[in-house]
Amino acid sequence: MGKTTAEKIFDAHLVNEPFPGTKVLRLDAVLCHEITTPIAIDDLIRRDKDRVFDPTKIKAVIDHVTPSKDTKTATQAKILRDWARRHDIKDFFDIGANGVCHALFPERGFIRPGYTVIMGDSHTCTHGAFGAFAAGIGTTDLEVGILKGVCAFRQPKTIKFNVTGTLPKGVYAKDVILHIIGKIGVNGATDRVMEFHGSTIDAMTMESRMTLCNMAIEAGGTSGICQPDMTTVDYLWPFIQGEFATKEAALADYSQWRADADAEYDQTIEIDVTTMEPTITFGYKPDQVKTVTELAGTPLDQIYIGSCTNGRIEDLRIAAQILKGHRLAPNVRGILSPATPKIQQQAIHEGLIDIFMEAGFCVTNPTCGACLGMSNGVLAEGEVCASTTNRNFMGRMGKGGMVHLMSPATAAASAIEGKIADPRKYL
Amino acid sequence: MKTFGGPVLFLDRGDINTDEIIPAKYLTEITKEDLKPYILEDLKLPGFDPKDEKTQNARVIVSRANFGCGSSREHAPWVFEVNSITAVIAESFARIFRQNMFNCGMAAIELPAADLDQIFSHAGDKDATMSINIEAGTLTMSGGGAQKTFSFEISPFDKALVLAGGWVDYADQKY
Repeated sequence: MGKTTAEKIFDAHLVNEPFPGTKVLRLDAVLCHEITTPIAIDDLIRRDKDRVFDPTKIKAVIDHVTPSKDTKTATQAKILRDWARRHDIKDFFDIGANGVCHALFPERGFIRPGYTVIMGDSHTCTHGAFGAFAAGIGTTDLEVGILKGVCAFRQPKTIKFNVTGTLPKGVYAKDVILHIIGKIGVNGATDRVMEFHGSTIDAMTMESRMTLCNMAIEAGGTSGICQPDMTTVDYLWPFIQGEFATKEAALADYSQWRADADAEYDQTIEIDVTTMEPTITFGYKPDQVKTVTELAGTPLDQIYIGSCTNGRIEDLRIAAQILKGHRLAPNVRGILSPATPKIQQQAIHEGLIDIFMEAGFCVTNPTCGACLGMSNGVLAEGEVCASTTNRNFMGRMGKGGMVHLMSPATAAASAIEGKIADPRKYL
Repeated sequence: MKTFGGPVLFLDRGDINTDEIIPAKYLTEITKEDLKPYILEDLKLPGFDPKDEKTQNARVIVSRANFGCGSSREHAPWVFEVNSITAVIAESFARIFRQNMFNCGMAAIELPAADLDQIFSHAGDKDATMSINIEAGTLTMSGGGAQKTFSFEISPFDKALVLAGGWVDYADQKY
């Protein structure tokens, strides 16, 4: 019997099975940010266990509210900063070098095929784009991860998504994942890994694969997982060229984590993208989706482009391509938050920031900020935002505010028209 | 071992998410106790008021499918804990929320929809209370002069966490 990618990773990292159905795994990367980590740090201190299992496997960033907006957020940042210094955690990213965790850590080459990754953040599933098992966990699991380098999981079943066809004009990874969530529902993948296969995924960049895996949790999924291939190797090459003589050698090694052809799946779902349309959420759950054709004309107050879902360079390029030569409609305000300093700098060099600013966008530093209603673009009661983020819960971006999730292309077209608009006419 | 049970708060909707349980803007609080006033602040349900006596007195929450979906924030179990709610009964849970509950030594118990329908029939009873026996795997619903016992299963690992009072001490001893 063959194995899925998650099964291979579980077998290779198994410490023990303390009870039937519960597997304790050795961790390759424990990622930390300033919202969920400080309480774990405080608790470790309180228990007289202020230790870390391996400072080289712990990565930390201040990203949710940065630069700090008030005394409370400054205190959270300080707890994380002091802890990173105290334990000699070299991969700690503070102001000037910090960005949204799920964009920053992959950009630094920290995530490799076959890894086990946890973080006190539900969108940790993003990192499965590299053929890793990456799961969001709570503060207690994080605390144990920091202390012992292990985490307990129920062995998840795997759903195989066979995604085929060429993406039509104006349709991107974001539309594909919104379509999938709409199809299976917000708990369609609970206690399941979402393993993505097929010609559409094979043709996707790592950035697109991260967008896809980022939203696995919105269907309840434990991790999204893509199959490691030459695209993965090319992305990681600057970080791994000391380990492998050639890219082919790296590919041969990473291919061990690809699912076997005879792996057994909980279910297999076929997705044909050839007739897919730009897809947008309309309610307060990520599985409430409609096509742009159905929602075009919906009035808006704010456009937000950024986040761990769609704040990467490819997203900025797509949005800028549409915005070039246009202005924001007078009834809307636009906010761009590139996900990392590297992306921001690259966008400046490529002239993308000029395009956004000439269109009337405010460009902020990299931060999670507005996505969860923390800072840098919170909505007022009754306001509506076209957003490239990942969660449209009631009040998510501000109490009484409404969020329509969409691709950067649809958000850019909507910025021009001041209402939900079809990006295809601008491409 | 903690005892579980007491007055019941009925939340009759599926997919109640972490942002409804505790909005993100309160994640900057440094202590669990500071979360206390904000329990279920953004949850909009007919007849539900997060500030009323029913919510204040509750020790158990009963809800529907996919309870606790969304964020990984352990602040969701914590805001229940500091309000003395230590058990949630639902048709199903989001994975991270469920594990966070057990990791804190609290109970997230799944029951079939038909059992929940019977329990929800007590939603109008002013004296609706539940008692939960983790060891025996049973819970008893009382209200309006009636009483009924239901069986449930939790995994041996989750049971061990409840008995040990949480995952940190357990893991530090074993790993």
